[in-house]
Amino acid sequence: MAIITGTAGQAGPGGGATEPAGEAAGLAFGRILRAITSNRKAFAGFVLLGIFALMAIFPWAIARDNPSAEIYARSAGPSSAHLLGTTYYGQDIFSQAIWGTRETLIIAVVSGALSTVLSVIMGLAAGYLGGLPDAVLNFITDVLLVIPTLPLLIIIVAYLPHAGITILIAVLVVTGYSYGARQLRAQTLSVRSKDFLEAARVRGERSLYVIVVEIIPSMTSLIVATFLGTAVYNVLASAGLQFLGIGNPNSISWGTMLYWAENNEALQTNQYLWAIVPGVLIGLLGAAFTLVNYAFDEISNPALARVPLARDTRHFNPITTLRRISANRAS
Amino acid sequence: MRFALRRVGFFVLTLWACVTLNFLLPRMMPGNPAIALLARFHGRLNPQSLKAIEIAFGVNTHQGLWSQYVGYLHDLLTGNFGTSITFFPQSVSSVIRAAIPYTLGLVGITTILAFVLGTFIGIVGAWRRGGFLDSLLPPLFVVTSAIPYFWVGMLMILVFGLQLRWFPYTFSYDPTLNPGFNGTFITSAIEHAILPAVAILITSIGAWILTMRNTMITTLAEDYVKMARAKGLPGRRIMIDYAARNAILPNLSGFAMSIGFIVSGAVLVEYVFNYNGVGYLLVQALNSEDYPLMQALFLLITMAVLIAILLADVVTAIFDPRTRAAR
Repeated sequence: MAIITGTAGQAGPGGGATEPAGEAAGLAFGRILRAITSNRKAFAGFVLLGIFALMAIFPWAIARDNPSAEIYARSAGPSSAHLLGTTYYGQDIFSQAIWGTRETLIIAVVSGALSTVLSVIMGLAAGYLGGLPDAVLNFITDVLLVIPTLPLLIIIVAYLPHAGITILIAVLVVTGYSYGARQLRAQTLSVRSKDFLEAARVRGERSLYVIVVEIIPSMTSLIVATFLGTAVYNVLASAGLQFLGIGNPNSISWGTMLYWAENNEALQTNQYLWAIVPGVLIGLLGAAFTLVNYAFDEISNPALARVPLARDTRHFNPITTLRRISANRAS
Repeated sequence: MRFALRRVGFFVLTLWACVTLNFLLPRMMPGNPAIALLARFHGRLNPQSLKAIEIAFGVNTHQGLWSQYVGYLHDLLTGNFGTSITFFPQSVSSVIRAAIPYTLGLVGITTILAFVLGTFIGIVGAWRRGGFLDSLLPPLFVVTSAIPYFWVGMLMILVFGLQLRWFPYTFSYDPTLNPGFNGTFITSAIEHAILPAVAILITSIGAWILTMRNTMITTLAEDYVKMARAKGLPGRRIMIDYAARNAILPNLSGFAMSIGFIVSGAVLVEYVFNYNGVGYLLVQALNSEDYPLMQALFLLITMAVLIAILLADVVTAIFDPRTRAAR
């Protein structure tokens, strides 16, 4: 059962990958690597992601100051000692921006990965098993898909005051897996009757074997695309939540930087950089994931590679539009 | 007919799931937050409201879960959402009723504008493929789709509110005025809506443009478009009556759905601008732990989306006969 008529059928072909049956995962990765190096946008995205990863792993190498220490002059402008100035509390903004990468990136990657795993489990189980399990799983997914995410997040987190990063990630996973699950289910339905699966069944393989060894490798690029899409979404959603002071406002991340900047009226009191820097970084990180996604779009839909102008076919699906709307609303 | 029943079935089941989630959440969470809330408000609320909160959140009650649930459903059906804590002693319904027009005005008009403008730009972009518009927009969209709405709002406040002082940037009207249907008030309300509206427009229009453009490109390759060209029809007629008319479907049903998201508003944009609509109300409810208000808002928001999805189904069924036949 699909929630939005007429579009459900398109979710499969529109959304993704029907790769040659039984293609080895290694071959897929080879293609992915080639797509990255041959596509300028994807390459730029990877370079950006690499820089952010370095910032997250070795922040002390870039910013010497302790990001939480309130020991410097308050609300100072940029200087050689403080490249981006200081906050109202006397913290170094440059240092906060660099150290903040870690938490933001962890939230994006961990919640993105976990929701992708949940998407794969729910989507493939529903699509492959069919019948009653499909109806039940698909109903749960559809419900989570239509409930506006940010209000749902707010409602859940409201009952969990002092929620830490773990709760934040858990909530993002539960509310964020549905879109990917839907796409993967549609894709599973479309390969279910393919010959290579029939062959496996005739060989007498168990369902679990068929799913893990036969189906999942054939969907590598769609799964990667799901991960990247969810990661962008979670960067925006977590920034929005932290901006509202949800989670631990004393942690160092770009979202909490914006929270403190807003609470101290940074814009009204000429402390622009405090509010501008984290926003630019969030935008850049989101753009990096989106750019990398272009490479996978072309792999999952080879037709697009020949017609570079019509690249973003995923927008054929109104659910994608809906998700873009709600993703942005979430921010 | 079967198709319609399924749609309605989904509507009812989802609504039930949301209502039940609302009921179960406060009862499932560790260390029921309502108890802390009650302690905080003891002596400040009258006994009657305290009782109402106790009932709503299942504290100090000897009723079983089931009879609490029945009572909860009964309250919902009779439209009794209780008393707001933030805006005590106003009822939750009256608080929400005051906020709705602002959100509908701001987000409603921006949604329609974004759809109309975005669709039009998408049509022209696909028609003149590779032209100026078409080479400029997709890269731009990569950037705008990754920027948080609320941060764009903050920039607008900085540039147009604080530096240039062109527009007011806080609240949804001049607070010295009394809300009413008169020229001064309406002008003030419009002035206050401009910055948040532009912030939403900038970040949301890209999705409409790209959907329309990509569908249109596929449609332009169809045989009936070639036929129209072969017949020597004027370009504008082919663009609008042949290609755009068929390509608009995904955008149209996307639009029908986004109507549902009007009510939930742009929560964070409203928050940044202190724009007192539904979204800002939700943040206020969150910050002051106003659970009755939060629950009612959540239900309202979900209802709106569900109704919009039904509407989207109807729109698709009317414009695309294939959906009716397929199911």
